[in-house]
Amino acid sequence: MGIRFLLNGEPQDVTAPPTVTLLDWLRETRGLTGTKEGCNEGDCGACTVMVTDAHGARALNACILFLPQLDGKAVRTVEGIAAPDGALHPVQQAMVDHHGSQCGFCTPGFIVSMATAHLNGRTDHDDQLAGNLCRCTGYAPIVRAAEAAASAPVPDWLRDTAPEAGDPPGVHRFTRADDLAEWYAANPSATLVAGATDVGLWVTKGLRDLAPVAFIAGVEDLRGVNITDTRILIGATTPMTEVMEALAPLHPDYAEMIRRYGSVQVRNAATIGGNIANGSPIGDNPPALIALGATLHLRQGDDFRELPLEDFFLDYGRQDRRPGEFVEGISFARQPDRLRCFKLSKRFDQDISAVCGAFNITVEAGRVTAARIAFGGMAGTPKRARAVEAAITGQPWEIETIDAAWDAWETDFQPLSDMRASAAYRLEAARNMLTRCFLEDMGAETRVLKVAP
Amino acid sequence: MSVAKPLPHDAAALHVTGRARYVDDIPAPRGTLSLAFGLSDTAHGRIVQLDLDAVRAAPGVVDVFTAADLPHANDVSPAAHDEPLLADGTVHYVGQPIFCVVADSHLAARRAARRAVVAIEPLPAILTIDEALAADSRFEDGPLTWTKGDVDAALSHAPHILEGRIEMGGQEHFYLEGQAAFALPQENGDMLVHASSQHPTEIQHKVAEALGLPMHGVRVEVRRMGGGFGGKESQGNALAVACAIAAMRTGRPCRMRYDRDDDMTITGKRHDFRIDYRVGYDDAGRMLAVDFTQYTRCGWAQDLSLAIADRAMLHADSSYHLTDARITSHRLKTNTQSATAYRGFGGPQGMLAMERVVDQIAHALGRDPLEVRRANFYAAEGAPGYPQTTPYHMAVEDFVLDRIVDELVESSGYHARRAAIAEWNATNPLLKKGIALTPVKFGISFTLTHLNQAGALVHVYQDGSIAMNHGGTEMGQGLFQKVAQVAAQGFGVPVETVRITATDTAKVPNTSATAASSGSDLNGMAVKAACDTIRDRMAAHLASEHQADPASVRFAEGMVHVGGESMTFAEAAWRCYTARVSLSATGFYKTPGIEWDRIRGTGRPFFYFAYGAAVTEVVIDTLSGENRILRTDILHDAGASLNPALDIGQVEGGYVQGAGWLTTEELVWDDKGRLRTHAPSTYKIPACSDRPPVFNVALWSQGHNRSDTIYRSKAVGEPPFMLGISALLALSDAVAACGPAYPALDAPATPERVLMAVIRQRDSGG
Repeated sequence: MGIRFLLNGEPQDVTAPPTVTLLDWLRETRGLTGTKEGCNEGDCGACTVMVTDAHGARALNACILFLPQLDGKAVRTVEGIAAPDGALHPVQQAMVDHHGSQCGFCTPGFIVSMATAHLNGRTDHDDQLAGNLCRCTGYAPIVRAAEAAASAPVPDWLRDTAPEAGDPPGVHRFTRADDLAEWYAANPSATLVAGATDVGLWVTKGLRDLAPVAFIAGVEDLRGVNITDTRILIGATTPMTEVMEALAPLHPDYAEMIRRYGSVQVRNAATIGGNIANGSPIGDNPPALIALGATLHLRQGDDFRELPLEDFFLDYGRQDRRPGEFVEGISFARQPDRLRCFKLSKRFDQDISAVCGAFNITVEAGRVTAARIAFGGMAGTPKRARAVEAAITGQPWEIETIDAAWDAWETDFQPLSDMRASAAYRLEAARNMLTRCFLEDMGAETRVLKVAP
Repeated sequence: MSVAKPLPHDAAALHVTGRARYVDDIPAPRGTLSLAFGLSDTAHGRIVQLDLDAVRAAPGVVDVFTAADLPHANDVSPAAHDEPLLADGTVHYVGQPIFCVVADSHLAARRAARRAVVAIEPLPAILTIDEALAADSRFEDGPLTWTKGDVDAALSHAPHILEGRIEMGGQEHFYLEGQAAFALPQENGDMLVHASSQHPTEIQHKVAEALGLPMHGVRVEVRRMGGGFGGKESQGNALAVACAIAAMRTGRPCRMRYDRDDDMTITGKRHDFRIDYRVGYDDAGRMLAVDFTQYTRCGWAQDLSLAIADRAMLHADSSYHLTDARITSHRLKTNTQSATAYRGFGGPQGMLAMERVVDQIAHALGRDPLEVRRANFYAAEGAPGYPQTTPYHMAVEDFVLDRIVDELVESSGYHARRAAIAEWNATNPLLKKGIALTPVKFGISFTLTHLNQAGALVHVYQDGSIAMNHGGTEMGQGLFQKVAQVAAQGFGVPVETVRITATDTAKVPNTSATAASSGSDLNGMAVKAACDTIRDRMAAHLASEHQADPASVRFAEGMVHVGGESMTFAEAAWRCYTARVSLSATGFYKTPGIEWDRIRGTGRPFFYFAYGAAVTEVVIDTLSGENRILRTDILHDAGASLNPALDIGQVEGGYVQGAGWLTTEELVWDDKGRLRTHAPSTYKIPACSDRPPVFNVALWSQGHNRSDTIYRSKAVGEPPFMLGISALLALSDAVAACGPAYPALDAPATPERVLMAVIRQRDSGG
């Protein structure tokens, strides 16, 4: 028994090497060529498929989705969106009626994203479609089509029931943290794959062999956001979509930053644990979490340890993670929401930050009593702005204090120039973020995204 | 009437169900092989070692070849024979193909290509405009200069003089379907090639040269492209030729597609430009003399750069009459990708510099830029001075922007909004809004005059169904549907009666690229000619059966009416067939009345001009430079539109692509000549939320082509792209609200460029 899943309603039982992508399998093995390869790295959405499991139906990028990740799920491609008798789905008909396709190459991906959003009752079209690039239409007719189809009933043929998972030979797939811990301690050279939004590129772009690979997205006891009166604990395998939904009421600026992180397809796959564990200096979660004073929970076999998140990042590409040790979760204290997140990139949606700043500044009686400020994109690791924190702590919360901290920024950061931004811009923009924090406290409107046309 | 109907794209139902077939979707015969290139990692150098043993030994590899193995021409250039398929001893840019791997899968070929041991001895690389100027590294002998009037005298008498410089980046096409080709060996040594190409005849030509065959030995078929935008005019040659050679060597079908990173690394992009200007003007803002010097990086091979740089010169006037003008163009040779055709073909770059000039004049005079634009517009028919001439001495006889702009000013509420923005800015220290109205006047015709021709082949079958073929290619623009509407109109039948067939060099030979916005104009006319021929034959026969005048036979609404009798079109076709009337015809068209001397810069290069105007309102954040479009209003002239729905699609999409060029889309090369933005993770085309949240787009209701085009329509592929210029100038307007200086905002206006401009602006206030 191999990898078992439904494909457009038909049961499949597949045996394949663990890093064959769904996209390659669909196109090359199954001859289902409706799903397109646009970028092979999860940035264009031309390969979007709908995947249904116990957590619901969601859009994912097939180009960075390995077949074992589908075990026990149901997959729908563009070929499975119309009715079995060929009648078009409401979003398909609307796309025809509203001239939503021109060259048509991105269209299958749009159709699947739109059908999935439609099924889930989502009408925030810009967000739902942020992960689908179109070069021809300028998107206007596509959004018109999505709006036109929104009120149509969800066709019942789209509601799949996921099958039982198989037991594919040679594939290490875990559902319990204890099993993972035991196996990983014994196989410390293995690659852990949760959402594959990063590791997927090691395969599709780096052409690397990853063996052995462990698939951990199904580790349910590490999934979810646990909120008590005193603490918020996020399990490592929690997809970013769920992190965003859970944090929106508590730390809305964090949630707003996640809204711009990746795309629907990426957030549905990417996990918070992966974003931390890969140690990227430009991951967006670490700055926010460091500013919140988060604690990282690590496990190696039966050995558990905790450390402040900022201490996990040792140097560029180097983390304080021992062989066979994995991220179990991240936690931080319940606190009044003072978190401000500023994500700077060339494009608002689905762009990697040039600079991502997170500020958690406590002000009592007009004076800064505590400050935790952290940045991505400013150093080889996510990093706290300790000199700036020190310069403003204990000082009156006013513009003069911010001006007085001017030199502290260069103590904290000597950023690089690269294709995303120059060092000078990074430093300038980072400084201005503190000004923005202050002005927002004063009630100023500082965000272009909030300006109504 | 089939023309003028807003019918959906002919393949819309196939697109939305995933059944539309692109090159890489064609089911592969057993034994099909896949190709990948090994690429240069050095911008300029001599290959001193090329060890491919490990490549050959890699799993799945069937064949590997280099320049030395090519049997005939090692050339994929569209023009100057300066572009080898595979590097021959010397590499000229990072990404240049050096060898080709043929393997049993795409992945196997890519993996194997990375096993090569290549040693390259570096030579000095020329990467920037300044380096190229210093080394006098250029195409053509020296700069090309066109002159009208006496610029130096006019400048010396001008009340005001202003000068400056604008830098504008290039642009990656980012067609969603990457480059792809598929070659299938045929009997007798012939080759069938499926290509994702705007120029099947050129593919046929280059493949024939590479295989040592006459062109009749190669057939190229193009059903559709997943986007082209100019990027598939010449850039697909390498894949098609490589596949054909591999197919010949192995005797097996061979296919190739570039992985996205390879695509962006290997292929050419829009030309980046630096344009220096010196302008003399009067108190009303009227330009008295303009001197432009254009510099562009053409990359390592000539490709289409001469014609592109020419078109930049041809649009240096934008929409404004200049009595005295000098335009100088430097076409610089650099060790970078060979810059190539991209929607507008140099026109946007030339036009943007002039729009900057007008904007800066208005700023210097403290006037609304719109006033200055109007003061400089060409005279419309009936106005004093009509017709005025362009800097290349062509009379502008069809100028309509005065009327379009009047209507747009009214419909967009321009004046009230400009006032409201000033007020808003006065009360918002951090966020600033800006607004700009910019016009477009774009010349329609290939400037290489002989390309302005097209052929068509139309069959009427005995059951009344119609098959239509022409030399144009479908890349999403809706050409096939528009031309099918022309054919349906010709026979008075519903458009469903007309089957659109894939572009095929065996059906219509010697085609021009589908480029220069010419697709509908040229192919629509050619199809109409073919339809007219058949219809006239049918009418003659049916009239003779009824002793009627052939001119009295009417074809309408699926029926044919003759001498008091009415029959279905199908019945008419059957009758003609049984009476041995030929129901197949070719059609041909060549654009009349154009001639052009590109060296002297005189003549009538264009059949007519397409016009449009846009108002864009933006907001910027003066702490970060982040910016966004708030509203866009467009009025565009598509003449008497063949299909208003498809034309609106071109306008909306063109605008967003143009705005992307000038805002988020930034190409970055490092000091080794490596392109650092070679994937969508680093190169950011507009996403869904980047389109204007308020987006009012209309075709001009008075549109009617003064020139005798197909049903008096106008070309609409490229012109709307330049409506995006309004976005950059609106951003500049917003920056201008931060201080007294002129912002001189360069493109693309990324958050970084906007913030740095804001800082300069604030510093200018002291």
